[in-house]
Amino acid sequence: MSDGRNVIYCYDGTFDGLMCCVFESFEQREIPSEISIGEPCQLSLSDIRFIETIAEKSERVTAAIPKKISWDALDLVRKMFLSCAEDKDLTILIFLHKGFRAGAKIMQMLADDTVNSINKAVFHCTHEAHLLTGFIRFSDYNGYLAAVIEPKNKVIPLLASHFTDRFRNEDFLIYDKTHRMALIYYSHKAEIAENIDFELPPASAEEERYRELWKSFYKTIGIKERFNPRCRMNLMPKRFWANMTEMRDELNIRDESTNRIAEKCLTTIKDNSV
Amino acid sequence: MDISEKLKILADSAKYDAACTSSGVDRAGGHSDGIGSAAKCGICHSFASDGRCISLLKILMTNFCMFDCKYCVNRHSNDVPRARFTPSEIADLTINFYRRNYIEGLFLSSGIIQSPDYTCEQMIETLTILRVQYKFGGYIHAKAIPGADPELINRLGVLADRISVNIELPSQKSLNRLAPDKSKTSILLPMGHITQKIKQNSYEIVKYKSAPKFAPAGQSTQMIIGATPDSDFQILRLSEAMYQKYSLKRVFYSAYVPVGDQKLLPPAGTKPPLLREHRLYQADWLLRFYGFKAEEILDEQHQDFNPLLDPKCNWAIHHPEIFPVEINKAPYETLLRVPGIGVKSAQRIIVARRQSKLDYNDLRKLGVVMKRAVYFILCLGKRAEGLVVTEAGIMRQLMSASVVKELEQNGYSGEQLSFFDTEKAVPTLEDTVKCLTGEM
Repeated sequence: MSDGRNVIYCYDGTFDGLMCCVFESFEQREIPSEISIGEPCQLSLSDIRFIETIAEKSERVTAAIPKKISWDALDLVRKMFLSCAEDKDLTILIFLHKGFRAGAKIMQMLADDTVNSINKAVFHCTHEAHLLTGFIRFSDYNGYLAAVIEPKNKVIPLLASHFTDRFRNEDFLIYDKTHRMALIYYSHKAEIAENIDFELPPASAEEERYRELWKSFYKTIGIKERFNPRCRMNLMPKRFWANMTEMRDELNIRDESTNRIAEKCLTTIKDNSV
Repeated sequence: MDISEKLKILADSAKYDAACTSSGVDRAGGHSDGIGSAAKCGICHSFASDGRCISLLKILMTNFCMFDCKYCVNRHSNDVPRARFTPSEIADLTINFYRRNYIEGLFLSSGIIQSPDYTCEQMIETLTILRVQYKFGGYIHAKAIPGADPELINRLGVLADRISVNIELPSQKSLNRLAPDKSKTSILLPMGHITQKIKQNSYEIVKYKSAPKFAPAGQSTQMIIGATPDSDFQILRLSEAMYQKYSLKRVFYSAYVPVGDQKLLPPAGTKPPLLREHRLYQADWLLRFYGFKAEEILDEQHQDFNPLLDPKCNWAIHHPEIFPVEINKAPYETLLRVPGIGVKSAQRIIVARRQSKLDYNDLRKLGVVMKRAVYFILCLGKRAEGLVVTEAGIMRQLMSASVVKELEQNGYSGEQLSFFDTEKAVPTLEDTVKCLTGEM
């Protein structure tokens, strides 16, 4: 098999498209040096090959994974596809090469570098989804619930079953601002929409009332003798705060105080230079 | 009084209850026309400024109380603002918080008003509104009211996922001193009753699928640490008995935060013994997941934890006869005893070594904390390359970063440390280290 150092695969960014890359790589007996979505972003001396998404090819690959490796492997690959890991596409391709060779036991080869990077990336992704099952904050707009998240990974598909089950008799929307996609659940039907823009409308007085109640509960429940902001930050990283009702104020306070410190520094410098 | 004012008062008086977990039961919403579900792993919805998880709306129904337990902020003789929620106010608040995904469910406790039975009935009414009227399928943790009729506890248990009775203080002597209205039997009686009910219920469910589930997420309890002179060993042995005799799901430890000046208690301003609480949780984990017995962690001669080392590291350095262990051969139970190897990494080692022999580099990938483990293991019969084994060196690696920092600030240098000094150092270091937070 050629190492394919001089070919870059380009595909349409869909899961089926990636499976067609895998198909191509097996057919040509080569491993590409890079897989990119659309045009490669950097100029390169390698050949660029656009891989067409053909349903039949992708079906052959996805059918072969559970047959020759295992259902768990297919599940892992699907989750890896949602990951924000930089070289996720190439890692999936190499994993499948190794998997088709090793069979089901690839899943146990935890010390293998490819398997290790997949497991780490998938954990990062599923863990982020798990955190968000707790950190998501809905607002009520006349009976319709809406929430905005900004995850690193494409977690929407992983969140769908949890929220459609929990809020089965509600109508709701979860908007992923990072990836411009949304989970829309309306009269008991769920749908994932892509390439959309959405802004939360201003809250009603009733909604504000519950926000205030929740914020006051949040402030009260912490024990001041045990104040431990670092522990809190480890368990609830700051990047989630902007979309959390009770934490938004905290961010502003922090920003204001840093601004004040910055201003102070500036004036001190100015004073000294004068 | 408006809801907001009540919420402030009744959350404030509930905050010292440590248990905020929502774990232990899986319940899908399915096709019911209500709202809510429960996840076995538990879900944290936020973290408070003290770093503790917020999973449930943790409130008291009321903080009026007939009892006068000295350690308790709600004691009858304490001059604090009092409030009382009606059952429908609590249900309404729970549902509205739940719909916004602020919470996983409700944690309901209460001061005792009129009588234990009356208090318990009010709680039952609250849970009934939630479960029947709103068809609420989220998590509910209810506190059993000591002294309430067993029949009422039974009704509470069918509505709640988890029930708890706080043991509060680790010995009868301490109870007599600080909680004159409670006795060991008045606490253990309902606890035993609940244990029995859970067991009996697990048979009934096998027999009749439709039998109502009694506290499916089990029973838990809480002990206050540092309000009384009880030793760590006494506490740990009690926890072990709780797990074994009463099949408790969890024992929680709550570092005592002084609530008003009381002659019998540490004075106001005393810092809560957080390091001690942290060590107890570590030891508790060893009991539940690592196959340790209380006597292995502490004993009659060593009644208190080593403030410098976590209990597992402490055990390891006192058992040189077991180490080093060969990673490619050692059974699971032995792997679990190695500092730096946890439940997950031990499981991964077992799986991965069936496929290939593991070396030091592989272990790192499997999530082993090498800085600690390296002194206690062999890979393919070999020590890690370039490993220098000195007592002071090992001690430094085994201590958590914050303990090292604290020591340096107090003028200790790494070279002075040895395994055997640490026990001598306990009393002098206790004070400096005990206020360390749980960030290790």
